[in-house]
Amino acid sequence: MSDVIIEVSGLHKAFGKLEVLKGIDMSVRRGEVVCIIGPSGSGKSTLLRCVNLLEEPNSGAVRVNGFEMTDPDVDIDKARRTIGMVFQSFNLFGHLSVLDNLTIAQRKVLKRDPAEATAIARENLRRVGLEEKANSMPSQLSGGQQQRAAIARALSMQPAVMLFDEPTSALDPELVGDVLGVMRQLANEGMTMLVVTHEMQFAREVADKVLFMDGGVVVEEGPPAQVIGEPRHERTQTFLHRVLNPVHVID
Amino acid sequence: MAMSRRQRARAFRGGQYGVLILAIVLLAVFADWGTIRDAFFNLDAASTQFPEILSTALVNTIIYTALGFALGLGLGLILALMKLSSVGPYRWLATIYIEFFRGIPALLVFIALGYGVPLAFGIRFDIYSTAAIALGLVGSAYIAETLRAGIQAVPPGQIEAARSLGMSQTRTTVTVVIPQAFRIILPPLTNELILLTKDSSLIYLLGLVRDEYELAKFGREGLNATGSLTPILLAGLCYLIITVPLGYLSRYLERRTGRKVDEGLKVTA
Ligand SMILES: Nc1ncnc2c1ncn2[C@@H]1O[C@H](COP(=O)(O)OP(=O)(O)OP(=O)(O)O)[C@@H](O)[C@H]1O
Ligand SMILES: [Mg+2]
Repeated sequence: MSDVIIEVSGLHKAFGKLEVLKGIDMSVRRGEVVCIIGPSGSGKSTLLRCVNLLEEPNSGAVRVNGFEMTDPDVDIDKARRTIGMVFQSFNLFGHLSVLDNLTIAQRKVLKRDPAEATAIARENLRRVGLEEKANSMPSQLSGGQQQRAAIARALSMQPAVMLFDEPTSALDPELVGDVLGVMRQLANEGMTMLVVTHEMQFAREVADKVLFMDGGVVVEEGPPAQVIGEPRHERTQTFLHRVLNPVHVID
Repeated sequence: MAMSRRQRARAFRGGQYGVLILAIVLLAVFADWGTIRDAFFNLDAASTQFPEILSTALVNTIIYTALGFALGLGLGLILALMKLSSVGPYRWLATIYIEFFRGIPALLVFIALGYGVPLAFGIRFDIYSTAAIALGLVGSAYIAETLRAGIQAVPPGQIEAARSLGMSQTRTTVTVVIPQAFRIILPPLTNELILLTKDSSLIYLLGLVRDEYELAKFGREGLNATGSLTPILLAGLCYLIITVPLGYLSRYLERRTGRKVDEGLKVTA
């Protein structure tokens, strides 16, 4: 199997007349953590959602873990089993307990028997520090706990790669650290991750590669020390200046 | 002499109470209370109604309604899914069906089934099947619209989460969408059950023998036999025995699921 887990080439995506992605080329290698940063509306979420085909690209190719996602004949459900996705708004199933949230797809999709599914679910709850919340309903958890449960739900499918779309943006500031801690630990364990984030500190410390997107294109990419530390492009500099000095936004 | 807003509101409310009191006084003065008592509260006539009004009529009303509701729910779910389908002809068929059965009086459906079907096809089902079909046809059109609204109220993020875990569209619908939609639609669905209970009074159009009487028919037969309106009053009370608790159930579910849904939306929105 190839060492490249995600490969995107010539990706275009428009919503009606609005061109959101204007030719994206990028790749993620096995074990790599790639962070995507960029201003609001630049197409970061759309790019991520094209990777697991929640959005259908207009043209270009997306290959994930050996699946040609853009091939009309691909078994999309089978492909998605290997791609974990974590949403900004958690999207835990509101009618199921935390444990059932983690076992439902294992049982219905992977056809694991209940005992095995439960064991794997509990192991992943332990990984994110939520063992004692197994029987809670999602509505009884804080935002940070919900997001960690959502991460554990994705991990329970034992995916080859994890996609994160601003996983901490909907959280109260004091809860962000817990979620980033879990993600950092995942990265240390060697999980392949593609992360859209506004957490520059996290990107700087955890990412192997940072992509700066603006206006539907990748403006700049490279190691975090370069893209965040010494950005070459003016657009990147302006963006980082705004994000890192939010008080001076007005200038 | 301009009145302030509060004064105007008070004067208006005073006027409303005045009209209400006047109406009650007129009713009390002009109504023939003796006759009313004899007609509606005749104990002899009442005693002839028991126990069949409970053991036959009330039970039959509940059975007809339950059968009709079950069929209506199944049919309604299929119609709702068809209406939400990406396949055009499914949507059109469902729309035509819903508009048709929602738009014509239930009375006509019962007549058509009671007289038309035996004439046209030369078959006659037993009364329970026919009643269930008639009520099911009428109920399914309303239930379909309620279900559709409920399904559409499930946040898209729930569906995306299910799909990105590798669930097929069908699996997502069964495992995530329908259970969540069901909580949202439980209160309006209870209301539809109440409406269907009352629509079951049209079953007499199918032609009933005595063991098959439901409440309305039973009451009218009682009226014919006794010449008193008391059986009608009793039949009405029996409907309330069914519908009032359902109404409370509906409001209870609304309070309970309403809170849950709010929390769910807050979490997922
Ligand atoms: N389903 C959709 N239909 C129409 N337009 C959409 C849709 N999804 C996104 N867009 C538009 O596409 C553009 C890019 O959206 P996207 O969500 O990818 O940006 P983003 O970089 O993730 O921004 P943010 O940081 O605010 O999340 C925006 O202008 C958005 O309004
Ligand atoms: Mg986004």
